[in-house]
Amino acid sequence: MTIIDETAESPAPDGSEGTGRPLLEVRDLHVEFHTRDGVAKAVNGVNYSVEAGETLAVLGESGSGKSVTAQAIMGILDMPPGRIPKGEILFRGQDMLRMSNEERRKIRGSKIAMIFQDALSSLNPVLSVGYQLGEMFRVHQGMSKKDAKAKAIELMERVKIPAAKDRVGDYPHQFSGGMRQRIMIAMALALEPDLIIADEPTTALDVTVQAQVMDLLAELQREYNMGLILITHDLGVVADVADKIAVMYAGRIIERAPVHELYKRPAHPYTKGLLDSIPRLDQKGQDLYAIKGLPPNLTRIPSGCAFNPRCPQAQDICRTEIPPLHPVTERDGGELAGRGSACHFWKETIHG
Amino acid sequence: MAEISKSDEPQDVTPNVSEVDVVDAHSESEAVAAIEAPVERGEPILQVRNLVKHFPLTQGILFKKQVGAVKAVDGISFDLYQGETLGIVGESGCGKSTVAKLLMMLEKATAGEIFYKGQDITKLSGRALKAVRRNIQMVFQDPYTSLNPRMTVGDIIGETFEIHPEVAPKGDRRRKVQELLDVVGLNPEYINRYPHQFSGGQRQRIGIARGLALNPEIIICDEPVSALDVSVQAQVINLMEKLQDEFNLSYLFIAHDLSIVRHISDRVGVMYLGKMAEIGTDTEIYDHPTHPYTQALLSAVPVPDPESREGRERIILTGDVPSPANPPSGCRFRTRCWKAQDKCAEEIPLLAVPERFKGEDTPVAHESACHFAEEKDVVHAA
Repeated sequence: MTIIDETAESPAPDGSEGTGRPLLEVRDLHVEFHTRDGVAKAVNGVNYSVEAGETLAVLGESGSGKSVTAQAIMGILDMPPGRIPKGEILFRGQDMLRMSNEERRKIRGSKIAMIFQDALSSLNPVLSVGYQLGEMFRVHQGMSKKDAKAKAIELMERVKIPAAKDRVGDYPHQFSGGMRQRIMIAMALALEPDLIIADEPTTALDVTVQAQVMDLLAELQREYNMGLILITHDLGVVADVADKIAVMYAGRIIERAPVHELYKRPAHPYTKGLLDSIPRLDQKGQDLYAIKGLPPNLTRIPSGCAFNPRCPQAQDICRTEIPPLHPVTERDGGELAGRGSACHFWKETIHG
Repeated sequence: MAEISKSDEPQDVTPNVSEVDVVDAHSESEAVAAIEAPVERGEPILQVRNLVKHFPLTQGILFKKQVGAVKAVDGISFDLYQGETLGIVGESGCGKSTVAKLLMMLEKATAGEIFYKGQDITKLSGRALKAVRRNIQMVFQDPYTSLNPRMTVGDIIGETFEIHPEVAPKGDRRRKVQELLDVVGLNPEYINRYPHQFSGGQRQRIGIARGLALNPEIIICDEPVSALDVSVQAQVINLMEKLQDEFNLSYLFIAHDLSIVRHISDRVGVMYLGKMAEIGTDTEIYDHPTHPYTQALLSAVPVPDPESREGRERIILTGDVPSPANPPSGCRFRTRCWKAQDKCAEEIPLLAVPERFKGEDTPVAHESACHFAEEKDVVHAA
């Protein structure tokens, strides 16, 4: 028989402790910023979940709310001007937004860690990297300075920084971009967290170094069975490492799909447009497909579907009604696991 | 017979530097005349020969002593033909932006020559240099910092006419600026707006309009789309291609995004640590790379297609680019190269068609600076 017994695979991997709860679940999250020009609605009802050992890629342009969502999860959002009027962020079933600052502090760093885009500005230039790495152990585990330093060397070795012992006392400016990003990764890994949020971890790096860093991240993720949220705008990086993808536009998830499915058959005109605008070999000498117009201003998000002014398929309904995230099915109604599209005309887009 | 002379022609077309050298600028006006003469499509418009730029490293405060040099560009040669796009790719620190600055005469070359229509522009000054500068313009990477926030769009673009008044007489400038805005797809009524009132893509269009203002022949684009959002990048690339056809421009297109470079370029040069590693047409470089660095670079690029990533061989280089202040002896890539042998440490490989492929009429036979140049089947970008 060719039927694959899917239930055999699904007993939750360790980490979610067999309760079937996802490691992290974001439910109907809203974030807004009060500015002089009005209220900027950066995140408008985002839902996603990550399991242990899984990689979720959040794809979007600047201003789509992908980084703000991550900052809300980490609890490092500037409040004010930021505000979370609605939503839940469940980590192992507990709503982090209702926790006290003290409780969140315990989770941050030891259970959920973050890797930032620009390693040079995220590291303190006047402290040695060894001191900064060791800080994790001193603060969270009350380790002595000497032990913390030994741990720092161990971490640097784990992220494959050559001559770690000699370089532990060096300052961030003495490292190259790729090495600095490795230090950021080492810092995020220090307390072996369950979830890592990587916000554009390789955007500032060269392609050859980018490949090294992504490889390292994937290897460490396998080793520790961590959940990974990868925030990026690079369709290439996503294709290489992600398991599933959530595409964001104007603070909403407009499409979600397993990685292969998304590239093969996008079900939202925006995703389709993004994929079509990648230069392809057979298009040389022709115009690239370009999504017309600009991303919306977050203080004045268009009514209805936020993408409607740029969409080639927009109809009247798109200007008045916000499309919910429809489950996407095969033409004959067969289920497509994990797929959703926030488009009134998803059927036409995927099958059409 | 006419047929015989025709068959002889191709040999004449190949750029001959020594011949170019002989044309010496006797006087400034002769040089200006040469610069203003038109160049046929397909003829070299810019010839770079052994261009070198070393930035001195000094020690001491009062009595500065030179202790070394950052060899940012260390002897590169290439031609730019009229009407073509030459893409230059390479990692950060390989000297691609320094090349742009040298061609713009924003930096003074340590050695080497840049021939623009046969005139060595590194030796020009005064009126002749001004004429060259009019014809070589630049579009910068960061549209946020390359526009003066205290000037209106009209002033930013119109400023070029202050310096080169012969292009547009005073009364005509406003109309001319509006025309340019229209050409790059901006509303001509925006002429009195300030840069902050525009989005990134629109600002890059302003930068392009400024580059076009003096009807140049060459535009040097230093990472023109890397600061833009994915959905806006395609718009700007399309605009640049349209303008190239319309105004018959030659582009030197510097970027690190290999798929965009392939899309827009006729020929591509790969730089590594101040040297040209490989140069050829887009098919030669992307489908038949023979230099190991090009192969590694192409295989490192993430491909936006999960199907093709599986089963492809990826070369992941170890380590970082060495410091250009102290580059490795011999071949500069040897410290990261999997093919490196003793010869690579001793002998600097020259950029030439490899001996073994010489005379072959295949895409493999293009210039590559490697002792052991050979094709390797890697699945590559785009």
